[in-house]
Amino acid sequence: MSMKTSNRQVDGVTIVDCSGRITLGEGSVILRDTVRDLLGKGNKKILLNLGDVNYIDSSGIGELVSAYTTVKNQGGELKLLNLTKKVHDLLQITKLYTVFDVKDDETAAVKAFSK
Amino acid sequence: MSAHRVSYTLDSTLDTVNSAEEVASKIATEAGFEDEEVMKIAMAVREAAVNAVLHGNAYDPGKKVQVDFERTSSDLVITIRDQGKGLDLNKVPDPLAPENLLKTSGRGIFLIRSFMDQVEINPSQTGTEIKLIKHVHGPAADGKEASQ
Repeated sequence: MSMKTSNRQVDGVTIVDCSGRITLGEGSVILRDTVRDLLGKGNKKILLNLGDVNYIDSSGIGELVSAYTTVKNQGGELKLLNLTKKVHDLLQITKLYTVFDVKDDETAAVKAFSK
Repeated sequence: MSAHRVSYTLDSTLDTVNSAEEVASKIATEAGFEDEEVMKIAMAVREAAVNAVLHGNAYDPGKKVQVDFERTSSDLVITIRDQGKGLDLNKVPDPLAPENLLKTSGRGIFLIRSFMDQVEINPSQTGTEIKLIKHVHGPAADGKEASQ
């Protein structure tokens, strides 16, 4: 299953619902383009909902890191929501779990963005 | 001790990466590994295939990637060879070092080592060979259950 994203706005936060695989090639490119488009439109509070992301490889992890640093460098915030066990475990072993702000409740995650 | 072995010679494309991953998943499942172990084996193979296609052969259409799967009664052994310049292991960074945590690449070999029981990397001037070994705990290679 290839990567798909859809965006919605909640209280000034753009929630990006991701599904499928974030891997080298199409999946990573879609994530990169999505984040770039949002920043281009001035949407700098981004919550990546990874609840339906069932697979991610090292390229996908790199793309998440890239998204995080790109948003941060532009004065925005990027948080992760609803990690599956596979993605959670990968972020743990790569020591990125503490780098990202990871949430498991959407309402609380939206409130956690700075006003 | 009987052994099953299958070999594939593949182009230096992203399709090869996906194919190698799919075959690894199928063979690991048939070898009796649990779902989580199958995922780890398939991901290690994917990462090794990415290295072969992207960093080894650099998508060169004239260069091939060879993937061998060998099942013995004790191990699943997967060997992936490229025809690149040979990986310089001294240039593989530690992705867990604080200064590397936010780098966007360099985690492939770390993940491979995390997911497999044994990893051997043999670079040469004619390419890099990486051998991934996972100890088998399921049915033996001849299809019979291991004796109790």
